[in-house]
Amino acid sequence: MTETPETYDIAIVGGGNAALCAAITAAEAGARVIILEGAPVPYRGGNSRHTRNFRCMHRGPMSPLTGAYEEDEYFHDLMLVTKGKTEEHLARMTIRSSEECLPWMQEHGVRFQPSLSGTLSLSRTNAFFLGGGKALVNAYYNTAEALGVTVVYEAQVRHVHRDGQAITHLDVEIAKAPPVTIRAKAFVLASGGFQADLDWLARAWGPSARNFLIRGTPYNRGVVLKDMLDQGADSVGDPTQCHAVAIDGRAPKYDGGIVTRLDCVPFSIVVNRDGQRFYDEGEDTWPKRYAIWGRLVAAQPDQVGYALIDAKSIDLFMPSVFPPIVADTIPELAAKMGLDPAAVQATVNDFNAACRPGTFHPTELDGLATEGLATAKTNWARPLDQAPFYGYQLRPGVTFTYLGLKVSDSAQVHTPEGPITNLWAAGEIMAGSILGQGYLAGFGMTIGTVFGRIAGKEAAAHVA
Amino acid sequence: MSLDFALKTQLSATEEARRQIEICNACRYCEGFCSVFPAMTRQKAFADGDLTHLANLCHNCRGCHYSCQYTAPHEFALNIPAALAEVRQDSWERLARPQTLARLFHERGVAMAGLLVVALTLFFALIAALRPTGGDGFYAYMAHNVMIAIFIPAFLAPLALIGLSLRDYWREVEGGPLRLRHLLKAGDMAGRMKNLNGGHGDGCNFEDGDRFSQKRRIAHQLMMWGFLACFASTSSGTILHYVFGWTAPYPFWAPPKLLGVPGGLAMVAGALGLALLKLKADPDLGARRVWGGEMAFILLLGVVALTGLVLYAATGTAAVGPLLAIHLATVMTLFLLMPFSKMIHGFFRFTALVAEAGKLEKTR
Repeated sequence: MTETPETYDIAIVGGGNAALCAAITAAEAGARVIILEGAPVPYRGGNSRHTRNFRCMHRGPMSPLTGAYEEDEYFHDLMLVTKGKTEEHLARMTIRSSEECLPWMQEHGVRFQPSLSGTLSLSRTNAFFLGGGKALVNAYYNTAEALGVTVVYEAQVRHVHRDGQAITHLDVEIAKAPPVTIRAKAFVLASGGFQADLDWLARAWGPSARNFLIRGTPYNRGVVLKDMLDQGADSVGDPTQCHAVAIDGRAPKYDGGIVTRLDCVPFSIVVNRDGQRFYDEGEDTWPKRYAIWGRLVAAQPDQVGYALIDAKSIDLFMPSVFPPIVADTIPELAAKMGLDPAAVQATVNDFNAACRPGTFHPTELDGLATEGLATAKTNWARPLDQAPFYGYQLRPGVTFTYLGLKVSDSAQVHTPEGPITNLWAAGEIMAGSILGQGYLAGFGMTIGTVFGRIAGKEAAAHVA
Repeated sequence: MSLDFALKTQLSATEEARRQIEICNACRYCEGFCSVFPAMTRQKAFADGDLTHLANLCHNCRGCHYSCQYTAPHEFALNIPAALAEVRQDSWERLARPQTLARLFHERGVAMAGLLVVALTLFFALIAALRPTGGDGFYAYMAHNVMIAIFIPAFLAPLALIGLSLRDYWREVEGGPLRLRHLLKAGDMAGRMKNLNGGHGDGCNFEDGDRFSQKRRIAHQLMMWGFLACFASTSSGTILHYVFGWTAPYPFWAPPKLLGVPGGLAMVAGALGLALLKLKADPDLGARRVWGGEMAFILLLGVVALTGLVLYAATGTAAVGPLLAIHLATVMTLFLLMPFSKMIHGFFRFTALVAEAGKLEKTR
């Protein structure tokens, strides 16, 4: 195998937010750093390129955030989504550290938007990147390059060589050439989860996972994660679970990102392949419920759902990238969507008959519920009776996986024999320690930034 | 379905912009960059006029492109700066009278150079044929009345054509009643070129990939304010001549010189800057077919200013005659091409900013 002539102090595997935070922190501490990014330049940045905000604790107004968002409230929000599947000590440390991250991000080129007109109002808890995650990624690459960090694209790390409690070198395929050896004194793994490896998903979830769409980068195939697990690294997180939301069924297999989301569910009825409803579409407001619909649709035959609305509701949600299927009658709409017209008509008739008069209020829980249905709709239940009728196909869109490397406070990777002395992990590859279930908007970027900076600092201290 | 990517190459400029804007409107990450994105969020469906409006609001800062997760090789293949540049260019040519002249001069720098040669010949011939017997300074070579007789129609006729285009534009984008505060708002936006500051104040993306810089904004403002100063210089001369009976040549402290010399210097610097930046920028993020016409226009502006300055410097020498012919020929070319060259962008952009000021009020 070819040896690369240069040796580095720190080799960072991955090229997203966590990797870049680690690289910048380490380079500022004086280390010679190389970033091994698996994707080519246009797709650099992993899933960070699809993100849009950073959830940040703050004790008072802090540009661009309004009001205050204290540690306890933040932790409470995390407990709600994870249902307790979090390590409190690490979670609270992450939350507390988020406050100092915001100015650090600004100092290193990230720009935030003052306010948003979008549907999710999160100006108190989340700081939105001006231009989104790819703008953040660009800013960090420019900062890293100015600090002398070497960046190699299309660099697929195939094996991490462990010798006892130390890592010695990496086998890396660069631009599909035969593998080369890259040596360094310390290593940071920030190469994400395995959600783009459909075979792995199918082994974990079952064959139906092959029908899932992957919302983010096709480059997160978990090669390094698997390699470390095979070598006995401590793991955390449910290996069979992934975070999935319901997205437009016509989305690309990979990388569809934000534009494929569908916000119409609360104002719709959702039927499965057989034309039957299967869950309360109006259980709660959409920001609080969008995350469960991926799993709900995944459990239906063929992993597909169909949201049906009428003319009254078409303007109540953010536009989707794909236009809805339109028809003048319910049976015609069902036929256009490949459903049994009679079955769908029967479901709609039953639903319409179960609707009750009341005041409809699209932005709050209005209690407008059906009566007498086995599967009730508990809010925003209005009959589908105004043509034209619209339909969207829903499929599960996988955002990330939960299985990861277990790390300490200092982001160090552990084995049953103790810590690996020169190996740290940051970002999605270790997020399962804190986010064991569910998702909290903007928290992935918080974990990546906090642990990326810790990993960079610790690795730099190790080589100093 | 609007997302049939296989058909993309067959779409018209407007259809392609609509395809892209509908994807953009489902993302909205770029909302803070400029005036285009807040305007976009007012609609779910985009009529042709809406796209013309968005296209003319776009200042081609390119921030959205370098931040976009859906640019090629992604299958959505977004290139909003180019898509809007095509629609914008199309609107300038479609709403011009006559359209054929607009197409010719927008696309071909050579045509512009050809017109310049014609103008040069004209002025050398005029000076040779109509040289007055008296007169000071350059009026010794061409009488004031002759200049006025040539330049007033050469200036006002193109302006009238532009007025007609802008009226059509206003109808197409469904601009509302015009108010003074809309004009002031637009003046403020253009005066500080807010749409090239990136929203964060770091500037725009142009000559250095995804790095933000103020260079293009500065070069543009040198050109714009320099041009306005030179225009004010000429106007002040006209006023001094007719109202106060004070004829050229003017001393350095008189308004025509106080405005004209710094204005001319700013224009030369601006033209140099804009031309160099344009050479470094990615031509695929603009309307590629008019690159040559745009570059020729920048150079024309630079030459107008430079010949004016040289003419001043040559005062009292034998070179004044030929220099005057050259300078007047460049000015004549610039005037005649106002409706048919990149010069039109100033009129359309300003009108778009005025229309947007009104539309913003309506949505509040």
